[in-house]
Amino acid sequence: MSLAMPLPDKATLARSAEIIADLKRIAGEVAVIADEDGRRTFETDGLTAYRAMPLAVVLPDTTELVAEVLRYCHREKIKVVARGAGTSLCGGALPLEDAVVIGVSRMSKVLEIDYDNRFARVESGITNLAISKVVAEEGFFYAPDPSSQLACTLAGNLAMNSGGAHCLKYGVTTNNVLGAKVVLMDGEILELGGPHLDAEGYDLLGLMIGSEGQFGIITEATVRILRAAEGARPMLLGFASSEAAGACVSAIIATGIIPVAIEFMDRPAIEVCESFAKAGYPMDAEALLIVEVEGSEEEINDRLAQISCIAAAYNPTTIQVSSGAAQSAKIWKGRKSAFGAIGRISDYYCMDGTIPLSRLPEVLRGIGEICAAHKLRVANIFHAGDGNLHPLILYDANDEASAERAELAGAEILSLCVEVGGCLTGEHGVGIEKRDLMTKQFSEAELMLQMHIKTVFDPDWLLNPGKVFPLHLTRDARSSSAA
Amino acid sequence: MPGLLARHREASLSDILRAATAWELQSMLAPYIEKKTPIEVIGSGSKARIGRPMQTAATISTASMHGIWMYEPTELVMSAHGGTPLVQIEAALAGNNQMLAFEPTDIGPTSGGARGTQTIGSVFACNVSGSRRIAIGAARDHLLGIEGVSGRGELFRAGGRVMKNVTGYDLCRGIAGSWGTLAILTEVTFKVLPAPEKTATLVYPDLPDDIGVELMCAAMRLPYEVCGTVHLPKNVAGRLEHSALADQGHAVTALRIENFEKSVDYRTQAMREALKVYGDPLVIGSMNSLEFWGELRRLSVMPYDEATCLWRISTAPTMGPKVVASIRRHMPAEVMYDWSGGLVWIEVPASADAGSSDIRRAVAVHGGHATLIRADASVRASVEVFQPQSPLAERLMGGLKSVFDPMRMLNPGRMYANL
Repeated sequence: MSLAMPLPDKATLARSAEIIADLKRIAGEVAVIADEDGRRTFETDGLTAYRAMPLAVVLPDTTELVAEVLRYCHREKIKVVARGAGTSLCGGALPLEDAVVIGVSRMSKVLEIDYDNRFARVESGITNLAISKVVAEEGFFYAPDPSSQLACTLAGNLAMNSGGAHCLKYGVTTNNVLGAKVVLMDGEILELGGPHLDAEGYDLLGLMIGSEGQFGIITEATVRILRAAEGARPMLLGFASSEAAGACVSAIIATGIIPVAIEFMDRPAIEVCESFAKAGYPMDAEALLIVEVEGSEEEINDRLAQISCIAAAYNPTTIQVSSGAAQSAKIWKGRKSAFGAIGRISDYYCMDGTIPLSRLPEVLRGIGEICAAHKLRVANIFHAGDGNLHPLILYDANDEASAERAELAGAEILSLCVEVGGCLTGEHGVGIEKRDLMTKQFSEAELMLQMHIKTVFDPDWLLNPGKVFPLHLTRDARSSSAA
Repeated sequence: MPGLLARHREASLSDILRAATAWELQSMLAPYIEKKTPIEVIGSGSKARIGRPMQTAATISTASMHGIWMYEPTELVMSAHGGTPLVQIEAALAGNNQMLAFEPTDIGPTSGGARGTQTIGSVFACNVSGSRRIAIGAARDHLLGIEGVSGRGELFRAGGRVMKNVTGYDLCRGIAGSWGTLAILTEVTFKVLPAPEKTATLVYPDLPDDIGVELMCAAMRLPYEVCGTVHLPKNVAGRLEHSALADQGHAVTALRIENFEKSVDYRTQAMREALKVYGDPLVIGSMNSLEFWGELRRLSVMPYDEATCLWRISTAPTMGPKVVASIRRHMPAEVMYDWSGGLVWIEVPASADAGSSDIRRAVAVHGGHATLIRADASVRASVEVFQPQSPLAERLMGGLKSVFDPMRMLNPGRMYANL
């Protein structure tokens, strides 16, 4: 694939053995992975087209150890790539050959749960779903729910400001975090926020979340936990066109209903997901909405009836309320395993633009045309309530030309999202994948401003370099910061 | 001396420059940048007496940059110029049965500012959130995009108009709550939500502070989406004027539920049952509820009074009464608890340091932050108004200030001496 990473620093590579020995001395033998087989596990993330063998991998088990390793790397000017579970879809955790990967997977303890004050303090290597599981006994949950929630770590969620299917009601990661312990590149430990709701001063925590591992490594976080509703149930609404489905979403919101989730799938997505999950998705629909509401049994029935009434105006081909817990689980299994299900039939490239909902029909048409022009198939999955679109471009990874066309089509789709008033990435992050497209959304001066902020947290640009900004601009920013 | 100078500046706001467009703002700013002469940034100026007094040569107001230029009710999004009065925003939203869910408090009048005049830009610049914050997030959680002019005089945008956006760093959050010290907000784009069909408030009478807070925390542990929890001790409850709860003669603990009518009715009943150990509540309906929560939003129970200072303390909800008890060992205090006890408005007798050392010590013991909202300018010049930061956070904040405003042009010293 076509994105270049910064060339490795030869002097650092030449010192590999010495650096590995130093890391082992600092972190202990067991915490350092230096052999080739071991490092290979870390050579890529969810964007598997890109690979690079890291110089070494360190898996510390305490904040203090993270600080020591960073202090060493800072002193020796060695690049560092932080890693959670490596599920990033944008290459956010892609290593560099001259970088040390610091993984937080060994730091996964729950440190404190306080239901009265509604927070949990956890180490950042805990998986997203594990937080919800540990507070489920009291009927609580942690709201952001990215599709990879079984595997992805909170650390990765914090770095990328992850979303999920239920953001429409509960917000994304940044809206659900109260505090964090962060190790900066120079090894200093920064404590931000806490169990209280609003901290004074500049919102360093808000800046840290979504900084893609370029400001610091978060080792601990205080997250907001919420009491779950009495119950939740989805319904399926099938339509003969995506226009009708989009108009129905607008009508639901106009009535004042904020469902906990509104998911959209087009026909190719429906077919693949249904054959995988047997969820009862309608096979005759061009567009399918999964609309979920929460509350007591009676409230759910009321609300779903109300939504059915609204949908009736858009000539639905299917209106089907989930028959119970088993079908609800299947409906969500189909949706949440959509990426995996599509992955069983083809290689795919998952996009993540966000658009204003009113532009949905023209954007879907545009996506269809772009992919057709590149002789590629596409399946669309969409968090319709908040405009976050996931076109999955199907290609053949063994055919280089096909892979290149997929990348080109992806870039054109994201440009289209920006043109209609949306953005390049709604929840996956920029990483390397969208790095060179940043100039589509921001002026060079605006990107320069962002890069100067990076310099405040990491003056030597050692943390997760080569990501988020076009490489030529990072060179300019670094020289102007130094001036 | 800084205090005297500041008082002089506060008294004469005649030299206010009003920019009508972002471009005009940049031109107005240019000569000051050239001369490196700092300026004060305001919207309507209702919060001008909050923060450390500043020494500035002029005041630039965004109030002439007003108007809503984009509103898409079905996308739950609105864009407005920074100087648009909040009342205008809320009237437009009400026309579509929508609202600013974080219900920004009118904090200016508690420090002598004009009532009902704050601008939407200042609401986000100061991250002002009201009672619903406990359920729905703060102002900064609703801010989607900004356009602003930095202290370098440069116009820049950040964020966008869509709800999910992780393209680049989250500058919107960084700027929300920076009190005009990083940039002047010329445009803001924000999320709006449907207004509820019905509101009900369960009012529990005569509970002591710690039990009131216990009740509020218990309510938030129920699955009924309680979206407002306040406890007014007797003296402060006695200051309620207009609502159905005036003249009760005892403490008031109020829990708000909003939703479609049938849901509100069902949840009210379910809550009564679940919380019956706390007594039988008075239940007030939509009209009276709106009046009561509106009164709280205006903070009229904490009125402007030169004889007292007002602090705003953010702590973990269960710590609220403990912080207050610690402070009361040193001085008399009237308090109001919002956010289940996590937000404490605390009024103490005026003094040379506004009780700062005792209050900050109490907060240090129990965790959280304290901000001095109302005090004489000379007091605000001599004690830290905003919560002091760790040396490391201070260094990073100084770095951010230097990125946006290297010459310390915008509201210099308003939050912290070096910013």
